[in-house]
Amino acid sequence: MPDLLIELFSEEIPARMQGKAREDLRKLVTDGLVEAGLTYASAGAFSTPRRLVLSVEGLTAESRPVREERKGPSVSAPAQAIEGFLRSTGLTLDQLERRADRKGETFYAVVERPGRAASEIVAEVLETTIRTFPWPKSMRWGSGSLRWVRPLQSILCILSDEGGAHVVPLSVDGIEAGNTTEGHRFMGIGRFTVTGFDDYVVKLKRAKVVLDSAEREAAIWQGAQNLAFAAGMEVVPDPGLLTEVAGLVEWPVPLMGRISDDFLGLPPEVLQTSMKEHQKFFSVKNPRTGRIEGFVTVANIEAADGGEVILKGNQKVLAARLSDAKFFWENDLRVAKAGMGEWAEGLKAVTFHAKLGSQAERVERIATLAREIAPLVGADADDAERAARLAKLDLRSAMVGEFPELQGVMGRYYALEALQANPAPDLIRGLGEASGGPGSSPGRVSAIADAARDHWRPKGESDAVPTEPVSVAVALADKIDTLTGFWAIDEKPTGSKDPFALRRAALGVIRLVLGNGVRMHLVPVASDQMDLAIFDAIQGKFAVGEQRDALKRARMALAHAHSTTNLNRNAIATLQAEIKKLEDAAAKAELEREVATRFGHRDDQTSDLLSFFHDRLKVYLRDQGIRHDIIDACLAMPGNDDLTLLVKRAEALAAVMKTEDGANLIQGYKRAANILAQAEAKDGVEYSFGADPKFAETDEERALFAALDRAEAEIAPAMQAEDFPRAMAAMATLRAPIDAFFTAVQVNSDNEIIRRNRLNLLHRIRKVCSGVADLSRIEG
Amino acid sequence: MSDATTTPKSFQEIILRLQTYWAAQGCAVLQPYDMEVGAGTFHPATTLRSLGTKPWAAAYVQPSRRPTDGRYGENPNRLQHYYQYQVIIKPSPPNLQDLYLGSLAAIGIDLGLHDIRFVEDDWESPTLGAWGLGWEVWCDGMEVSQFTYFQQVGGHDCKPVSGELTYGLERLAMYVMGIDHVMEMPFNDPDSPIPLKYGDIFRQTEEEYSRHNFDGASTGMLLQHFKDAEAECERLLAFEPEDPKSGKRIIMAHPAYDQTIKASHLFNLLDARGVISVTERQAYIGRVRALAKKCADAFRLTEAGADL
Repeated sequence: MPDLLIELFSEEIPARMQGKAREDLRKLVTDGLVEAGLTYASAGAFSTPRRLVLSVEGLTAESRPVREERKGPSVSAPAQAIEGFLRSTGLTLDQLERRADRKGETFYAVVERPGRAASEIVAEVLETTIRTFPWPKSMRWGSGSLRWVRPLQSILCILSDEGGAHVVPLSVDGIEAGNTTEGHRFMGIGRFTVTGFDDYVVKLKRAKVVLDSAEREAAIWQGAQNLAFAAGMEVVPDPGLLTEVAGLVEWPVPLMGRISDDFLGLPPEVLQTSMKEHQKFFSVKNPRTGRIEGFVTVANIEAADGGEVILKGNQKVLAARLSDAKFFWENDLRVAKAGMGEWAEGLKAVTFHAKLGSQAERVERIATLAREIAPLVGADADDAERAARLAKLDLRSAMVGEFPELQGVMGRYYALEALQANPAPDLIRGLGEASGGPGSSPGRVSAIADAARDHWRPKGESDAVPTEPVSVAVALADKIDTLTGFWAIDEKPTGSKDPFALRRAALGVIRLVLGNGVRMHLVPVASDQMDLAIFDAIQGKFAVGEQRDALKRARMALAHAHSTTNLNRNAIATLQAEIKKLEDAAAKAELEREVATRFGHRDDQTSDLLSFFHDRLKVYLRDQGIRHDIIDACLAMPGNDDLTLLVKRAEALAAVMKTEDGANLIQGYKRAANILAQAEAKDGVEYSFGADPKFAETDEERALFAALDRAEAEIAPAMQAEDFPRAMAAMATLRAPIDAFFTAVQVNSDNEIIRRNRLNLLHRIRKVCSGVADLSRIEG
Repeated sequence: MSDATTTPKSFQEIILRLQTYWAAQGCAVLQPYDMEVGAGTFHPATTLRSLGTKPWAAAYVQPSRRPTDGRYGENPNRLQHYYQYQVIIKPSPPNLQDLYLGSLAAIGIDLGLHDIRFVEDDWESPTLGAWGLGWEVWCDGMEVSQFTYFQQVGGHDCKPVSGELTYGLERLAMYVMGIDHVMEMPFNDPDSPIPLKYGDIFRQTEEEYSRHNFDGASTGMLLQHFKDAEAECERLLAFEPEDPKSGKRIIMAHPAYDQTIKASHLFNLLDARGVISVTERQAYIGRVRALAKKCADAFRLTEAGADL
């Protein structure tokens, strides 16, 4: 059983692509080998910045012989048909077999394919793999037409067994496979011959290359920690950076340096981000001060001077980078202390979306909504509005311009500075003196500042949901405004296309609502918010003249209404009143038309958005183990735009469906509903009231009346109190009496009065149950 | 020639060593293009000559202007006028990385003492309609060069592929010589009878041009010149190839490309003057790119740019 070793040696492969490339190489080659009839014991793939390597052990020396048989035309078939068969098989007439069957004689083509040598198969599979390799981005070089991630320089491909190693004959665009490779670019020992995987690994190490990226990662982490510990410090773990750095070096040499005192006043996130993004440094923390005070860089060479020059150079680059960061930080602090007015002004010049106006307009919308949501999540409305107005300002800061990933983090720092320097409420336009500033209360200040950081969250599925009320209010307002805005201009996700990450925004709303138990009806909130977005969209379209002025006046009236009451519900009326005042008849008609079309679709879009939320919720709940039909049974109930209520109901229903009574109740319920539906269809009437126990003939019938009375008495108050488990349990008690009823009683009695009474009784079952959930949607 | 293993004493010595080195590798040592450009790539020796199949090897210093980078001569690393060293070889030779490393050794970088790294960096020039794959080269964590395999220029596939090396000369020289502020860097030999530092030559011009770029330049004139350059480029390309006077087939690809270069620089100046909004920006870049593409189309019809 030979072993196979492949090395594709190239110029530097981007670190971020190496992990997937390893996997692709392993899969493409081993799949190809297996498909061609070989088997193998094990396969492992490796990568360094300059090589992709695959080692396959225990490969069969040749593929199994294959016998293929094809039935052809009858011996008596026309000559043309026989010729066609010969062409398609590549055989001559005398090579065909004749076999007798019931209908006479038929030609058969029997092709025996002998087993093929592994080396022949490997050569084919590897060439195909190289030519079709799925690099995220590939290139040509020189005069060739081959594509690889960077120029491919050599191919090592050998099969080795007890008898020794031999090169698999293979040539791809002039690159001949061989049995040699080279080591480290600067510390290597020239080209050397390799006889097998073990020999390869040993010789590479001698040539200063650690083949296995996991081994390099371990060496980097160990080395970095040792350096830090020796100085009484600790390395800040960063698994992503570790993987990346391991993909940048063949021979890792960690070196530790100190950050100059000049920069220790920068926020730790800034130090960490700058060092990581620009220079791939690990941050080193001083546990005594809690500050980031050092760094570890990983060189790719054992320098003659022990790395002194390298460290000095890196330190110099770091100083230049951190000087920039310090410059940004100090400038930003100046703007923040002055109340961030410069940035608020700047947001007016930043387009959020061509059809939805500027970031400043968006901030206005979010502030309005945050104010409305605040009481629902236990936040102070003024604080929520103020937080919303501050939350996006860091987008204009120099630091976030340089490091977009610090948005929010910087927002919190700057908001704190602004609030501490400006405790008076003049930071918020539209708020009266009476509302009072939060400056006197450090708790409120920090809650507002935290919202600048946390309103972006949850950023992904694994990100935690904010719980601080002000943060929750702004986070919800931010995401709902995004959704209503894009629904207002009809830019919804389609298929796999979701350029504005609206699915993530909806899931964010769902997690914020459920995680905090927020009771909120989405429809009125979304509908009002969509009004604002439509308003801004129309405003963007009429940017000049009389129409613009009318729109401006209407918007101001709206803003005023928002700041004094809760959400305005008369956006259109306000606007129409303004339009009426227009003098130019054509302008008036044009604007009226625009308003009518845009607002005319608002209710459709709102209910469409609600369905979008429901779809996302189904996916979310399915992941939590709640069946889709149970969710459907609850979605059919009124109040389904209150997601917390909806989920409480679904959870209770899911729980009761797991009990024996609950599961079997569905059968009885469906039987009752079917009989009832058939009778109603046949008789053309609805059996909806008047079931009377006095017409009951059997004990079972009377028992069911009693059970329904009891259940009804229990369910009504339970539903009132939103105590779904109690209501569901009461509903489940109906199972036994319903089953007993159907066993003992024939609904379709000859006595028409008794029959009608029984149908009306069945109606009571349907009615009692459907007050809890729409059981007809439950499967089973 | 100085001994390659010693540290150069001046900015110009680094340039001279690079010139000597690349001349020895067979490059035609060209002179800077005589127009204002944002980078060495704009030189027609790179943009136009990377098209077509004719082999090509050139190296040159290119003064480059980035109006928005002006810092009145105060920033230790940032200049609105600086020098790039550019090498362009078509087809890219298989040992281009080694040749490049040889050039670092030639200017006094000891490859056994420094940490040289090729870090992924894909190059794209939206104004030239060009892109390529390659790296930024790090020396001890400092970016000292761009290394690019051109894949497309002016919307045309590069066949064969050119290898392009771009050295930021000031930054590289400061690093090699251990200088902290660009204005303090010796330009000629510090032991010369008249030693000149970088600042002696460029501090004043950095001040003058910073003021010019940010506040002085007439935006009305720049806007008009942009339109003029755009129109002139298209007009030159609209000529019939047959020249009645000489009787030759002459396509004015280079003169038209000069107008593209002009338009690009005028756009950069307008940008520095802060009169181009975010939305307009894309439109302007698109207009320059359209010109670059037309010039590339035209050049492909000439002898120098054809497929042989």
